Amino acid sequence: MSVKKTSFFEASARTRIARLVDPGSFSEFCPPQLRHTSPHLARLHAPVAFDDGVAVGCARLAGHPVLIAAQEGRFNGGAVGEVHGAKLAGLLDKAVSERPAAVLLLVDSGGVRLHEANAGLIAISELMRAVLRTQAAGIPVFALIGGSCGAFGGMGIVARLCAEVVMSEQGRMGLSGPEVIETVMGVEEFDSRDRALVWRVTGGKVRRALGEATRLVEDDVAAFRAVTADLLAEYGARPLKPSSLDTLFDAHARLTARTRRFSAARDGREIFAASGFSDIDGVPLMAVDAFNRHLMETA
Amino acid sequence: MEQFVMTFPAACRLAEAHPPRLCGVVSSGNLEVLVESGDPGDACRIEVSTPATGFRDIWAAVLRDFVERQPVGGLRITINDAGATPAVVSLRLDQAMDTFRSEKS
Amino acid sequence: MTTDALFNSLFGPGRHTIIIDGAFMHGTAVVAGREAVVIGTRDHAEIDCELALKVAGTLLAAVAEDGNGSRPPRTIVILVDTRGQALSRHDELIGLNGCFAHTAGCADLARRCGHRLVTLVHGDAVSGGFLAFGLMADRICALPHAQVRVMDLRAMARVTKIPYDRLVVLAEESPVFAPGAENYWRMGAVHELWSADDDWCARLEAAVNCAEAGDTRAALGLERDGRRLASPLAQLVAAAS
Repeated sequence: MSVKKTSFFEASARTRIARLVDPGSFSEFCPPQLRHTSPHLARLHAPVAFDDGVAVGCARLAGHPVLIAAQEGRFNGGAVGEVHGAKLAGLLDKAVSERPAAVLLLVDSGGVRLHEANAGLIAISELMRAVLRTQAAGIPVFALIGGSCGAFGGMGIVARLCAEVVMSEQGRMGLSGPEVIETVMGVEEFDSRDRALVWRVTGGKVRRALGEATRLVEDDVAAFRAVTADLLAEYGARPLKPSSLDTLFDAHARLTARTRRFSAARDGREIFAASGFSDIDGVPLMAVDAFNRHLMETA
Repeated sequence: MEQFVMTFPAACRLAEAHPPRLCGVVSSGNLEVLVESGDPGDACRIEVSTPATGFRDIWAAVLRDFVERQPVGGLRITINDAGATPAVVSLRLDQAMDTFRSEKS
Repeated sequence: MTTDALFNSLFGPGRHTIIIDGAFMHGTAVVAGREAVVIGTRDHAEIDCELALKVAGTLLAAVAEDGNGSRPPRTIVILVDTRGQALSRHDELIGLNGCFAHTAGCADLARRCGHRLVTLVHGDAVSGGFLAFGLMADRICALPHAQVRVMDLRAMARVTKIPYDRLVVLAEESPVFAPGAENYWRMGAVHELWSADDDWCARLEAAVNCAEAGDTRAALGLERDGRRLASPLAQLVAAAS
């Protein structure tokens, strides 16, 4: 049987959802025909979208009930405005009362939408608290990152609050995008046109090697689905324990040690070298399976 | 931004009701098309929102062609455009009709 | 205003022991007759991994110290003055977003352990630097001259390609994009605007007393008519079936 690959990177938000979850199981909340568009974009005469760049709803994945959201990176860079943010926040509120197996956030966003920057910043702060509240209630939130906008700005913080961060090499994650750093600090600091460098600093492999991402998968919606199904089974068997003083002290020690260890690092090559890869320059081209196997063997 | 509504006579209509469908993404040079079953009738109401002002005649021509080749009687179609060319608009409208017809309510 | 004058106005002379470590500040002070933990930044601090971890470590230490039941969890006062996150390839590479998430997680743990968190914006409060911990508080107060923003209007005009003059006009009508603590007040993310004439000790005491653990900012934004959609839409999604 041949299964046609659907590139997660190329797919729209709605296609990602449709191919990720059990066929036909997605039911959308506040669907496009309700026309919850952004009045702030309209006031600035900027094009609006009927879903304000995010689809939210419920579905099943390998039979597990999930709540799911997918940001559309091609609409305003997946950026968060008032309506967009409220849909995500409402979905997380729903998770606390309905207790699905997990909340899946298909993040594809540059962060705050500048046309409604204050509303976006506040919405992201509300999202951060909502993710923490959801996970304190024992419901895990998974971030799935593999779109063209990655997870940047405040959405990079939201992603890292999630119990699991699943990435493809094509997906990227960080706080300030390379273009922003280049504009403010100069091309010597970060050459955003050096795509290989950009991926060695923000891409899925360096994020996985560093421990910022918990899984690395192929750029294929089916691969995202398979690993999410595994994670749902894992959390079903061993439910998420809310973070505690002990777990956060551990995380703190790890982050502190890592920050010291890489106190002068400026290129993912240094992270790959520390992870024991022998052919450092070959890592970006390494097959995902071989990459994952190496990390597992050296862990 | 320019917004306008055009209503076309459309005698040809789909036999069954279908749930609303959205097609396309609002990104530069692209558009989204929302197709919904409207009131019963032999007209098609199309609402357009576009950042490119002054192209109403071209929109009218593209939409008239579309209405003539598709069974759009009684449908309500809403477009959020982000500067798509007439060819892209035509393509997206046809895709929207295909996805709309593919799912029965 | 010097740092010491700020502390005197907030806590009263001789009622604070706060260590200044570059842009980072930590210590204790008396608030409402009880000891409070003070954590903050100054000098428009650029928040990098190291600084975020210092804040996180201080939050965890406060939770640990009060966690044995010897006393009720102390209030944590967060002093915000940040021009934003550090813009460097190094910090991005080693996961600045992860460090910020950790710091936010530590603030949230403190809340869950019964600490009340009150943020005082005494300088700038910009984007990521504000998200990491200042915006995580239960109650957020802006001192006079506080600058709260994501981006100034000239930079916004460049990025969005909307003429600057037009943005200035639109900013008069809507709090949604232009810098300013008052805009954040209207949208519910700043609870209180303090003036120079206020008794700051009294206002801080009152702020601590009405700090609530739940996130009510969307409702507050609706009540103040600065953010009309966030609360009803979130409720619509939460209630959808």
